[in-house]
Amino acid sequence: MTEFPKTPPRFSATFTPAINAEIRRAAASGIYDIRGGGTKRHLPHFDDLLFLGASISRYPLEGYREKCATDVWLGTRFAKNPIHLDIPITIAGMSFGALSGPAKEALGRGATAAGTSTTTGDGGMTEEERGHSKTLVYQYLPSRYGMNPDDLRRADAIEIVVGQGAKPGGGGMLLGQKISDRVANMRNLPKGIDQRSACRHPDWTGPDDLEIKILELREITNWEKPIYIKVGGARPYYDTALAVKAGADVVVLDGMQGGTAATQDVFIEHVGMPILACIPQAVKALQDLGMHRKVQLIVSGGIRTGADVAKAMALGADAVAIGTAALIALGDNDPVWEEEYQKLGTTADAYDDWHEGRDPAGITTQDPELSKRFDPVLGGRRLKNYLKVMTLEAQTIARACGKNHLHNLEPEDLCALTIEAAAMAGVPIAGTSWIPGRTGF
Amino acid sequence: MQSFDLGKEGLRALNSSLHALKGQTNMTAWEVINPKGAHAIAAGVDAPVDITVRGSTGYYCAGMNKQATIRIKGSAGPGVAENMMSGAVIIDGDASQYAGATGRGGLLVIKGNASSRCGISMKGIDIVVHGNIGHMSCFMAQSGNVVVLGNAGEALGDSLYEARIFVRGTVKSLGADCIEKEMRDEHFAIVEELLRRGEADHKAKPEEFRRYGSARKLYNFNIDNASAY
Repeated sequence: MTEFPKTPPRFSATFTPAINAEIRRAAASGIYDIRGGGTKRHLPHFDDLLFLGASISRYPLEGYREKCATDVWLGTRFAKNPIHLDIPITIAGMSFGALSGPAKEALGRGATAAGTSTTTGDGGMTEEERGHSKTLVYQYLPSRYGMNPDDLRRADAIEIVVGQGAKPGGGGMLLGQKISDRVANMRNLPKGIDQRSACRHPDWTGPDDLEIKILELREITNWEKPIYIKVGGARPYYDTALAVKAGADVVVLDGMQGGTAATQDVFIEHVGMPILACIPQAVKALQDLGMHRKVQLIVSGGIRTGADVAKAMALGADAVAIGTAALIALGDNDPVWEEEYQKLGTTADAYDDWHEGRDPAGITTQDPELSKRFDPVLGGRRLKNYLKVMTLEAQTIARACGKNHLHNLEPEDLCALTIEAAAMAGVPIAGTSWIPGRTGF
Repeated sequence: MQSFDLGKEGLRALNSSLHALKGQTNMTAWEVINPKGAHAIAAGVDAPVDITVRGSTGYYCAGMNKQATIRIKGSAGPGVAENMMSGAVIIDGDASQYAGATGRGGLLVIKGNASSRCGISMKGIDIVVHGNIGHMSCFMAQSGNVVVLGNAGEALGDSLYEARIFVRGTVKSLGADCIEKEMRDEHFAIVEELLRRGEADHKAKPEEFRRYGSARKLYNFNIDNASAY
């Protein structure tokens, strides 16, 4: 009898082994998956854009001789004391509670050494952070954990958080295992219980109320502090326009690649838009209102390299913010802890169960023993190094495009590799003059 | 008494004058005339002074107050005494939504009625309402005490943490995880003291109140409670 070749096992593209594993996990546990970090799916991103560089029509600047400035002013619209940063890469808000005290200190040390700002988070302002941050942005969140007028006044700017990219429309969650005495005390809650940060502010609803809320915060701080409004990447054109209308000095726009300390995986992966799609919409809103560069735009969500910084700025951002990348620079997910990641059932660079408080790197934990592993001085130095490298990389690209300031980068310096990225970023596909959605084929 | 004409001199001048008081001044009594519903009146004061607002106020009057005693001789708009730290705010009339929201200390007295979400997310403030409170009051309230001489609206104390709620009248409905609890001696003492400080001891007696608090069943996520979330 003739033996025919058998059909080899074929996995479904719909029911992949990963999907099936999640179905089994849900069936066994009865609860959705909670994790930290941002979306892990493949998305159109800055990698899909390229700079054109100088040519006959544009000449470059000499890398080791000619200046390419990197500074940025934030809050020039209404604040008496706008912020001046040496580099346009800021540290995004991450809470004490989600992070350890020493990790917050390291963020302050690194940011200050590199000439930039750091940001508090849900859970209030810590002495570690205020003490080690030359420029500290104080987040004003729906939970108002730890909120008080003294910290508002000793902040350098105030960031009203409406949403974040990892979960636009979602509140925060700090599970009981991370609620130490100190965290509980700062939040006026009992130790060991899950702390849900509300998804809406308790005392304002909508842009008209927001305008009055901003007035109140300005009055309390004598109109000194820049007021930022942070939104998740959901409806960036309208959110930016409404933030400007409400009186923001700065709009912070966070795409879905932005991280969170703990949220449902389904939320992280299925709500929000990639940052690439958000920036041009926000810039257009600012331009339509005649406020581009007057109200500054900080963008975040998946910024990893100086190239990402340069691309975000070429699309019209005034500055960027990093969160996940900063944690990695500090030592998060480092293969040096591989043995322990394995014990937790994961591996370096994939660990995302930050909410469990068992971070081998001692960064996203309140466990005193694990926290001891992390040296805030060394962490701060690593963050400073990383920020410097990103800045040098962005300058390298800007000089190649003939720009003497990072802010002079422009969409005309870019082309796209894919139709999706071209449509989202509003730049032509490489080798063509076609911008899908804007110009004819 | 320092008299300040808000209509003439403006909000910025008022608040910067009040912020300049650091507790070492003889100007301890202030009166604000012509408030005309302005927002953020006397927000961010941090001194042991007495401020009387002669008329009704807009949003966030006495926001983040520390130490000051602020009397509103009219009604208050949304978010009165929001995030108050200490001191006292006493309103002769009614209060709009979110009165005392996220307050961390001090005493808020509302002699009329309070609208919805009174004491939302409160973190240590004490609130005395002579009249009724609206729906969703004390939502996610974390700590502090609320004493209501009248009735409470729907979903009282939804997702409550450790705040205590005392209601003399009826409660239209309780929110998720909020239950009636026994009035013990220490609770009668709390109500008695708050009635006195809230200028209501002539209107009600502690034994007329019932206590509501958290059942603490939603403190840690449990899939069996999913329908409550």
